[in-house]
Amino acid sequence: MSSPPKREDEYCIVSSGLTKRFTSGQKQIVALDDCSFKVKSGIVTGLIGPDGAGKTTFMRICAGLLVPDQGKIEVLGYDATKDFLHVQTNIRYMPQRFGLYEDLTVRENLELYSDLLGIPVTKRQARYDSLMAMTGLAPFMGRLAGRLSGGMKQKLGLACTLLKPPRLLILDEPTVGVDPVSRRELWDIVYSQVHEHGMSVLLSTAYLDEAERCQQVILMHEGHVLGKGVPQSFSEPLKGHCFMLGPPSGQKRRLQRDLANRDEVIDSLILGEKIRLVTMDALDPGKVHNTFHLGEEISVEESSPRLEDAFIWLLKKRLLNLGRGVKFKIISHHKVAGPPDEDVIVVRNLKRRFGDFYAVDGISFSVKRGEVFGLLGANGAGKTTTFRMLCGLLPASEGELFVAGKNLRKARAKARERVGYMAQKFSLYEDLTVMQNLRFFSSAYGLYGNRQKERVRWALDAFELKDEANSISRDLPLGYKQRLALAASLMHEPDILFLDEPTSGVDPLARRQFWVHINTLAEAGVTIMVTTHFMEEAEYCDRIVIMKQGRILAKGTPETLKRKFHPPGVENPTMEDTFITLIEQEAG
Amino acid sequence: MKTSQKSLSRMRLSGLIKKEIRQILRDPSSIGIAFFLPVILLIIFGYGVSLDAEHVPLGIVIEQPSPEANDFVSGFKDSEYFDPVFFRSIQEAENALIQRRIMGIVWTRNDFARQVLKGKEAPVGVIVNGVDANQARIVEGYITGVWMKWLVSYARSHGLDIMAPVEVKHRIWFNSAVRSRNFLVPGLIAVIMTLIGGMLTSMVIAREWERGTMEALLVTPVRVKEIILGKVIPYFFLGMGGMTLSVFISIVIFHVPFRGSYLALGFASALFMLTAIALGLIISTAAGSQFVAGQIAIVITFLPAFMLSGFVFDINSMPFPIQVITHIVAARYFVSILQSLFLAGNIWPIYLVNCLWLAVMALIFFLIIKKKSHKRLV
Amino acid sequence: MLRRILALTIKEFIGILKNKKSRMVLILPPVAQIIVFGYAATFDLKDVPVAIYNEDNGEISRQIVARFQGSKVFHIIGNLESNGQIAPVINLKKALIVLHFHKNFSKDMAKGATGKLQVILDGRNSNTALIALNYVHTILSKFNRKWMHQNRNIRIPARLVVRSWFNRMLDSHWFIIPGIVALLTIVVTLEVTALSVAKEREAGTFDQLLVTPMTPFEILVGKSLPGLIIGLIEGTFIIFVTCFWFEIPLRGSLLVLYSGLFTFLLSAIGIGLMISSISLTQQQGLMGAFMFLVPSVVLSGFATPIANMPRLVQELTLLNPMRFILVIVRSVFLQGAGFNLLWTQYVPMALIGIVSLAIAGFLFKRRLY
Repeated sequence: MSSPPKREDEYCIVSSGLTKRFTSGQKQIVALDDCSFKVKSGIVTGLIGPDGAGKTTFMRICAGLLVPDQGKIEVLGYDATKDFLHVQTNIRYMPQRFGLYEDLTVRENLELYSDLLGIPVTKRQARYDSLMAMTGLAPFMGRLAGRLSGGMKQKLGLACTLLKPPRLLILDEPTVGVDPVSRRELWDIVYSQVHEHGMSVLLSTAYLDEAERCQQVILMHEGHVLGKGVPQSFSEPLKGHCFMLGPPSGQKRRLQRDLANRDEVIDSLILGEKIRLVTMDALDPGKVHNTFHLGEEISVEESSPRLEDAFIWLLKKRLLNLGRGVKFKIISHHKVAGPPDEDVIVVRNLKRRFGDFYAVDGISFSVKRGEVFGLLGANGAGKTTTFRMLCGLLPASEGELFVAGKNLRKARAKARERVGYMAQKFSLYEDLTVMQNLRFFSSAYGLYGNRQKERVRWALDAFELKDEANSISRDLPLGYKQRLALAASLMHEPDILFLDEPTSGVDPLARRQFWVHINTLAEAGVTIMVTTHFMEEAEYCDRIVIMKQGRILAKGTPETLKRKFHPPGVENPTMEDTFITLIEQEAG
Repeated sequence: MKTSQKSLSRMRLSGLIKKEIRQILRDPSSIGIAFFLPVILLIIFGYGVSLDAEHVPLGIVIEQPSPEANDFVSGFKDSEYFDPVFFRSIQEAENALIQRRIMGIVWTRNDFARQVLKGKEAPVGVIVNGVDANQARIVEGYITGVWMKWLVSYARSHGLDIMAPVEVKHRIWFNSAVRSRNFLVPGLIAVIMTLIGGMLTSMVIAREWERGTMEALLVTPVRVKEIILGKVIPYFFLGMGGMTLSVFISIVIFHVPFRGSYLALGFASALFMLTAIALGLIISTAAGSQFVAGQIAIVITFLPAFMLSGFVFDINSMPFPIQVITHIVAARYFVSILQSLFLAGNIWPIYLVNCLWLAVMALIFFLIIKKKSHKRLV
Repeated sequence: MLRRILALTIKEFIGILKNKKSRMVLILPPVAQIIVFGYAATFDLKDVPVAIYNEDNGEISRQIVARFQGSKVFHIIGNLESNGQIAPVINLKKALIVLHFHKNFSKDMAKGATGKLQVILDGRNSNTALIALNYVHTILSKFNRKWMHQNRNIRIPARLVVRSWFNRMLDSHWFIIPGIVALLTIVVTLEVTALSVAKEREAGTFDQLLVTPMTPFEILVGKSLPGLIIGLIEGTFIIFVTCFWFEIPLRGSLLVLYSGLFTFLLSAIGIGLMISSISLTQQQGLMGAFMFLVPSVVLSGFATPIANMPRLVQELTLLNPMRFILVIVRSVFLQGAGFNLLWTQYVPMALIGIVSLAIAGFLFKRRLY
């Protein structure tokens, strides 16, 4: 295939004093601030950090697409600023939207990139065959790229970059919006390339469990490098800081919230029926009860630290150093009236047909008041279609569905006042300011006068949007957009909340804040229905269903599902293991 | 690996062109602009639009019927230009005019016969609805024509010596039948090519930026030149295809004469196509989104091609500052070439001068593009 | 309900006006267009280049030439020496007209015979040629009458006394410029409305909107109002320019004019929203608007009379709201017409508006995904 890799350099990227500023409106944004580091050759390096850390800017500079304001960047020994054509001949870069032509077929996309990369015609078919076999796209060669599912698009994007194995592969958030199965396959492909061709890989990701698989991790924050090393070197110092608490049922949310804002706590998370706690100081498991005044009924076990813990820790430390708050906001919400065990959402044998194709093929489930209910599934499993039917945006072909006792599609406007909806990609009016968005959505839900003013004030305060009240929504960082979208859907204090991929692409810190809000709402009795690709988030739910090809594969609490479906021989399966086992079981 | 920085790779270029062609074939809006819109426009202009008035509803008032009056009026009945409507009184006719039922009035008074017989220059009242000044003038011309014919025949039949002192014989060259279609349709070809070149090109490039495919393209070893050529070549041929289709329809369906050389037409069209595409490329770099690109393209390519090219409105009659502006409208030169080639034949001096202007514009545009494009974001 | 509609309208306005580029789209083209159309779009000729080929060179032919020289319409570029020069002068567009006085022209006339004058015109733009020819006829028939009267003391049996109503000087600006009121308002209104739903569909906010308690009717009204208001403002601006800059008389009542504008905007908004709710993307919305706009302007009677079109096309124009508003605007401006003369124009526009708005509202929800 390709010539054997030459190990001429130890480092594939050498950046020194790299600085890049942008102006957006009147604001100056420092995307990279005096960044100096080296990326080793022949391994997979992960670039992690919250929104606005400068990951994409750094990658674009490496690819010769941007010119730094100051500093030097060497890629494979070439100056990426001046010698960009040489760099571009030897690297491949997959941008966030993977650069596929959606109106070309899979084969045509491959052909285009083969032409651009100068691959001899005679060698192409063999390369296509092996890539298609690797990505599982072989049956879809004639399909338009736009008709592929998110996961398949990603794999095709990757295949296009691998047509001619480059010496350095740069991937910008290759797994956003991709289901766990496809994600795992993507990683397998990347690693096989590293092994086969000795390729160097630099990728950015918001999934820290993924970053854990990198051989080297670089943590960035607001244009600064906070740390660099093997993943274990990050989590090692937190040994003895991590515990699993087992609270009695029904108390996990309150307990987690109480813990979350304590000074001694780095992080606390709900994992199924348990709570994962990361403390500031190393503690003997026996002393946890005392330190946190926990009741005797709560069990405590020590747990091993993860990269994510270190990420939160380092970020919090930095924010504290910068003098910024790291406390989670707790919002207020009126207590929802009604018996707690009543079924609020009922779906019976729901079907939705598009032509001959059943996007949703006879599903049934019900959601109780105050429950957090997760809808999981691979890309194209029918989650979004189900969601749209529940919200009344799409008529059902067959079956029954009730939300608060009504079918929203047929219900009068009044019934919709009880429902909040946060659409995929945080759909906001981008031309409007934060304030204008809030005002508009509150009016749309029929609020006016003092009540409206009060709610807008509440939203600005509760979601920490005050400083950005007059910023145009388009210019907000993703995390702010997410908060604004949630605020907008809560203006009228709904009893039922629909969240469609509410944390996609958002960094772990923002995700935590988000779930603190959700937990608070659930405790107030708000029924919450959520779709997500983060399997860990599935563990925050009370109950979940897993869908595939329009049908429900399994439903139940995260615990029972984890117990029921897990790869043979795995002791403590994660939700992701369970998910993949289930999907593969079905396929096999 | 040895790759010369300057060299153009045929494989890369053909890959880009193939891609573009496939996209064109799959995108209904490209096909719409390149083939559907031209046909629609040609049909509208070819069949629908005409400046030549026929069957104009004309009110005729005969206050006192008499052989002379009837004789005078019969000229209007026989004319193909008029559909006469008769009225008893001028008031009725004026009402009809106000209600837009008739375009004009010819009014013979009570004493028409008496005055005519006495040779006293009987006044015939003519009222035209001046709202549409152009049509009014044409109608006035037609009425004058009928009147003059009548004068001659009256003189002949009465043995009067009122031969007109000056007799005008006119010959309208190149379009003796005076069909407005004959000049509207060739002019339209310029508008159609402007649409394909300017609007379509600018929008497809803006689309690549919008969808993020440009970013992916830029990081391949592709050269800027290749990206530009990869756009210019397919749209060039698409535009030439649209042009050929339009010329075919003009000649075969609308029977517009073509008196010049096809080779000359091809060459001039190619030049014009290049300027149009170049302008489209410049617009696309200025506009971030398809929406804005489309808007700019309409305002700075489509409208001028319509209004300032001499396609419908005579450039000489425009105020001087606007005449100056027309010089930077490429369509102006092309319309001039087209109307000459179609109706007059190969008039080389006109052809060459206008081609030269087009070439200069194309050159300037491509220099701007060369300066503006680079393999960078922002 | 009113509050919700108001909130949506305000939001739409902010969305349109906040963005610098879309603001420019609303302001720049109308200003550019009214200037260009106002000055460039005219069928009146001036400075038509005329070449004289005078084989006669007598007194009378020179008198006639002098009459041409005195006219603003014509501009004499020079004399030709031979027959062979005629073709190049016309071919190269140096002259639109050649006046060819034959030998003995003056002598013939002095004898009382007919002088022969040949007029050669460049017919490449046959409309221009025809208009120019009419001017030539006018000059010569005046000359003829005078000559007969003075030199032969003969009067012709009947003469035409021509008056043109509503536009005494037959200035075609008076025809074109009021038409721009209609043209620009529909362009702007379509731009505002045709993209409004498509834009929200693309951004995903339309779903958000449908999930709120707002009814399709409220959304329809909320989406229509900005187009209506912007259309009225732009319309007013152009009416203002028409009256005060181009000094075209406004003879009718503003009430009649604005009722027409309002009905017209209703139909334009209906069509715009209909296009928008069919479109999936802004690109499609823009293309749809364009595909509607071009034929409807060409077939509206804006520049070329509907009466000259084939019967079938004439009937088709009954679906085109622009054809009706053009009649209203021009009649009100030049003719001073009132409701009694124009009601037949309001009804079809109102019908088009109601039907298209109803379809748009229906499509908001019923779209197939």
